[in-house]
Amino acid sequence: MKQNRPIALALRGVSKRFDRPAVDALDLTVYGGEFYALVGPNGAGKTTTLRMVVGLLRPDAGSICIGGIDALADSVAAKQMTAWLSDEPMIYEKLTPYEYLEFVAGLWRIEPAAAEARARELIGWLGLEPHAHERCEGFSKGMRQKVALAGALVHDPKLIILDEPLTGLDAGTARQVKNVLRERVRAGGTVIMTTHILEVAERMADRIGVIAGGRLIAEGTLDDLRQQTGETATSLEDTFLALVAEQVAAA
Amino acid sequence: MSEPASLTWLASHEFRLGWRDWVSLVTAGGRTRARNAIIGLIAFAAFMHVFAYWTVANYADATLSFDTAALVGITGTLVLSWSLLLSQAMESVTRAFYSRSDLDLILTSPASARKVFAVRMGRIAAAAVVIAVLLAAPFVNVLAVLGGSRWLAAYGVVAAMGAVATAAALALTIGLFRVVGAKRTRLIAQVVAAIIGAAFVIGLQIAAIFSAGSISRFAALQSDWMLTHVPDTASAFWWPARAVLGDFVALAGVVAFGIGILCVSIALFCRRFGEHAVAAAGVSSATVRQPRWSLGFRRRSPSRALRQKEWTLLLRDAWLISQTLMQILYLLPPALLLWVTFRDGHGSFVVLIPVVVMAAGQLAGGLAWLSISGEDAPELVATAPITAHRVLWAKVEAVIGMIALIFAPIVAVLMLDAVSAGIVCGLGILAAAAAATVIQLCFRVQARRSQFRRRQTSSRLATFAEAFSSIAWAATTALAAGGSWAALGPAAVAFVILGGVWLVSPSRA
Repeated sequence: MKQNRPIALALRGVSKRFDRPAVDALDLTVYGGEFYALVGPNGAGKTTTLRMVVGLLRPDAGSICIGGIDALADSVAAKQMTAWLSDEPMIYEKLTPYEYLEFVAGLWRIEPAAAEARARELIGWLGLEPHAHERCEGFSKGMRQKVALAGALVHDPKLIILDEPLTGLDAGTARQVKNVLRERVRAGGTVIMTTHILEVAERMADRIGVIAGGRLIAEGTLDDLRQQTGETATSLEDTFLALVAEQVAAA
Repeated sequence: MSEPASLTWLASHEFRLGWRDWVSLVTAGGRTRARNAIIGLIAFAAFMHVFAYWTVANYADATLSFDTAALVGITGTLVLSWSLLLSQAMESVTRAFYSRSDLDLILTSPASARKVFAVRMGRIAAAAVVIAVLLAAPFVNVLAVLGGSRWLAAYGVVAAMGAVATAAALALTIGLFRVVGAKRTRLIAQVVAAIIGAAFVIGLQIAAIFSAGSISRFAALQSDWMLTHVPDTASAFWWPARAVLGDFVALAGVVAFGIGILCVSIALFCRRFGEHAVAAAGVSSATVRQPRWSLGFRRRSPSRALRQKEWTLLLRDAWLISQTLMQILYLLPPALLLWVTFRDGHGSFVVLIPVVVMAAGQLAGGLAWLSISGEDAPELVATAPITAHRVLWAKVEAVIGMIALIFAPIVAVLMLDAVSAGIVCGLGILAAAAAATVIQLCFRVQARRSQFRRRQTSSRLATFAEAFSSIAWAATTALAAGGSWAALGPAAVAFVILGGVWLVSPSRA
């Protein structure tokens, strides 16, 4: 069924080296309308991979296509349909959430009326109404993350890429963020998320990619991953640890 | 080895932290940087000794047979230096209050908090004394070599000035905490510190303009009015000046006063320091509402959105405004001189033009750093569908627009006096601002806006290039306004500086 969907993101032979290889000839395909979770141990290359996708890093080799557009050749067109949210929300202390969203809408050239309607909707969904016109300087981390998430969604991106978006959030805020992401996927958007919280990947993702040593070592639904390890009744955590242990042994 | 949690043990801990802070400030890590920093410091020290020789060599023979004019001159210089020390000490005290760092550890440990804070205040005083002595050293050394070892007594005076400045800074800052509360003290203390640093120089210049039509700060100090209204030469008021000239009784008095007042301040304030530090740590940013919902989103291009964002962030940050526009304070005397000149028809605008151009260059450098390097959401901007070139250009436009807005009134007033001079001044302002912006572009780094004060330490090369470029453009504009072809000389120097910056800039690599 997934083969009938358009490809939202395709990475082919993508490599990046710092003092050692961070990402090593990585191939990855994510389909439209899919929730894809990328999991792996610390230093596995998850964040580097996603930073290359959104244009924050340039790969040493390989190609990146977003919605059929070569992101390395036409980065502006690729960025037009992409949103990025990191674990450390980067917002402007002296702007209000409303002004922040207006600024983001300006950067993405969104029609003001449509952007404003979308901003109001997001502010409502994320429970930010009481603070919509307060400067962000006094906000908690959870509030900031919600503002940053609203900024990522206000231009209605086809592909949303999130790096550990739930780190440091309380249960209520984490649930709001997860609900908004589920809603995006239901509406046809594609979400790619890295996470260390394996339960989140297990519950939310359509497919899970396990990355270690800069390579994709396993991919599929939770059942697919279990089959790869030969254990059928284990949790994602057990499966993940088994897969990574195999990779370490092989290395 | 000292007893843990004793005064000496705490002092050695503070000393180690202070030393490491200083080393990292100078070297920013790395051996190459450390070597370069040492070479740079030696070169700077040599340059300062040459500068000191140029400025004070003629006074080396001054003796203890004081006349009032000499005492007024020396005292004026000491007060000027002390106001700058006080300004620096207030900055340090305020920073110490608001830096949480190890506060939780200190207050949850069984060590005496009063002892810890007393040592911390001592560290601030030691830093102020060391800075004062280092800055005075070239002048004192030159005077001692040329005029005899008695001039070394000036080191004692300078150290005492550092101690008194710290004591005054502690009293002022703690006074502010009591009067305006922990929430507002940070901003007000920093603004007050900057004003104190500038006020004495500016005040003297303004007095000089009214009394002698000159911008020299010494004109007011040597005026008849001043010489007839100061205390008698036998007064204790002149002890610091007499100590500088080698009067060892006066020196002993000055040093004892400095140490005494510092010890009393530390003893008086160490408990309150802790209380206020706790209050400062508990301060959360006040909720500021921006009522604007009814206007709705406005149509704007990405470039306009970026420009608007830069202007909004700057205008809403009182601390940044105080830091960047404080340089404008130095424009008050020349602006006053312009007014006096314009009123009297002297036409001495040539004096004003280089000052204005220099200020524009320096201000543009600060604004350019904020706009280009001080981006608080770099990943948002980098992942937006707009080219990096367009982003940079929009930020440059924001800087130049702000400079144009600030300096347009001065240029307009100049044009009322002499149109050609106004046009040349306007072009000089734009050139100095553009050059400072280009230098910041070449040395751009990713930083938070709150790190603005440390921008000069992140690249000293950029700081010096910015200063020399502004000086070159100031000279170019002054000579061009005077109709001299010699203006081409400093203009060429300005371009050579820019070329050099481009060649060595990290962004090119």
